[in-house]
Amino acid sequence: MRTTVRYRIFGIVRRLLILLLVVWTVVSLVTLLIELVPGDPAVAVLGEQATPEQFAQFREKHGLDRPPFFFSFPRDNNGERHFVWHGVDNRYTDYWRSLLRGDMGLSFRNDRPVISLILERYPATIELAIFAMAIAIILAIPLGVIAGTNRGTIVDNVASVIALLGISLPSFVIGPMLVYVFAVKLGWLAPSGRFDWSDIILPAFTLGAALSAILTRMVRSSVIEELSEDYVRTARAKGLSERQVVYKHVLKNGLIPVVTILGLQLGVLLAGAIITEKIFGWPGLGLLLVEDGIGKRDYRVVQGCVLVISMTYIIANLLTDMAYRWLDPRIRVG
Amino acid sequence: MNRLTIIGLVIIAVLVFVALFAPWIAPYDVGATNLAMRYLPPSSEHWFGTDSTGRDIFSRVVYGARISLQVGIVVVVVSAFIGTILGAIAGYYGGWVDRVVSGYVFNVFLAFPGLLLAIAMVAFLGAGLNKLILALCIIGWVGYARLIRGQVLKVREYDFVQAARALGASDRRILLLHILPNAIQPLIVQASLGMAGAVLSEAALSFLGLGVPPPAPSWGTMIEEARDLSTLQAAPHALIFPGIAIALTVLAFNFIGDGLREYLDPRQRAR
Repeated sequence: MRTTVRYRIFGIVRRLLILLLVVWTVVSLVTLLIELVPGDPAVAVLGEQATPEQFAQFREKHGLDRPPFFFSFPRDNNGERHFVWHGVDNRYTDYWRSLLRGDMGLSFRNDRPVISLILERYPATIELAIFAMAIAIILAIPLGVIAGTNRGTIVDNVASVIALLGISLPSFVIGPMLVYVFAVKLGWLAPSGRFDWSDIILPAFTLGAALSAILTRMVRSSVIEELSEDYVRTARAKGLSERQVVYKHVLKNGLIPVVTILGLQLGVLLAGAIITEKIFGWPGLGLLLVEDGIGKRDYRVVQGCVLVISMTYIIANLLTDMAYRWLDPRIRVG
Repeated sequence: MNRLTIIGLVIIAVLVFVALFAPWIAPYDVGATNLAMRYLPPSSEHWFGTDSTGRDIFSRVVYGARISLQVGIVVVVVSAFIGTILGAIAGYYGGWVDRVVSGYVFNVFLAFPGLLLAIAMVAFLGAGLNKLILALCIIGWVGYARLIRGQVLKVREYDFVQAARALGASDRRILLLHILPNAIQPLIVQASLGMAGAVLSEAALSFLGLGVPPPAPSWGTMIEEARDLSTLQAAPHALIFPGIAIALTVLAFNFIGDGLREYLDPRQRAR
């Protein structure tokens, strides 16, 4: 017993250490990558025709006049590079310091705090991911059960082909096709935006399609595996209908691995939402990153979005992992 | 061999042929625009129709195969090479290389959404084919390293490796001649699945405008251009054909990967 507790504490500490390492890496990446931007960010944002005073003011406001890192290799008057030590007062430590205060700097474009831009967009992304997951589950469970209980028949093959299509068609192909059918041809749904309740249907379906396909395959193979277990024979022998056997007994056991995949996929959905949001003009974090950040060269917004999306992904995975360990004692130690 | 693997191999063979002989296969110039010929439906002159600027979609899909395969091959070869070297060193010698690679890189990079990292890098470095390939290699090598490290740790303990060591073989000889040949099979499976991933990532980044810049006929760029509402209305085929090309390519590499895995792992074959 005592060893189990010690192992579990060790496991949690190890996980937290890894989390800290990941956070450090992500923050370092987003702060250092900005130094690789070809050309001067001030010129990229203000344009060539801005006055020297405007450039100076812009650099000062965004801290770009400060040294980039602990050291750098600037060119001297002869064009040769030399090592210069700047000390701890630099842009890298600036970013860390403001981050610890919950500040991600100001947008290069409209001077609004990046954190409030992100918080405005965050709910839309979460909403999209949750709906996508719901659609995936609603589609996958019946499809998987039907395929699994009718193994080898035409029904099974059709379900497998649909699942295969869902896996191999990327969202940026499925999405525009759905727009074509449901918005352009049938006129039932809007092609983009987030105004009406029905606007989430197409994006959520697009984002959930791949997950749905993966889940269908998993449910199918779980059902097939569980159907050969002894308890199924017992349930059948005591006179339960096949329907009761499948939905009351088989599904309950077969869903354990499915739940884990769901948790792990939440993070994947959040990252995949970038493309879906772009397709449907869904005003979430992904659209903020792609259009306002990358499209308008607002590197502060890019930094903030990359940081928040990756942290959400990492934390979602961590929580799933912990929940899974807690639910299934067999893998608790390890 | 399983039927789906053969289908996959046939698709890839066709794709490679098309990519190699693109200038002879493509009936029109990929860049030639002609507004009088825009939005034409598929016909005997334009097999896949024309797009919003009157370019021949068949020719563009044919040349697109070049970009996809080029990115896929370079990314897989470079990532597999770097991953194999670092994974083998980490697994065989252990030490600080192992501590950095398996303790830090595996935990951190595999805890991170790969596509997001690629998007971030290309966003800062600027769009372009070479930068895209660089970004995909940086996220790609980790998977190979983990695979090879695991294989090396396993094979290192086998009797024939011990025997070779007892006979006085050098570490390099043991690694190259005894361990790696035994670790190569799963690498081929991983490489095949990696091709699917690289083709998909290239299309996704190009779709987001972060890949190969526009006039070049990347499948992802073609889809991005075709999803504009007026184009979608007038010429849905401009979306469908590059979409089919991506799906078939990804599917084929996945079929090959799955088939090889089953073939190489008899336990799975029995099912």
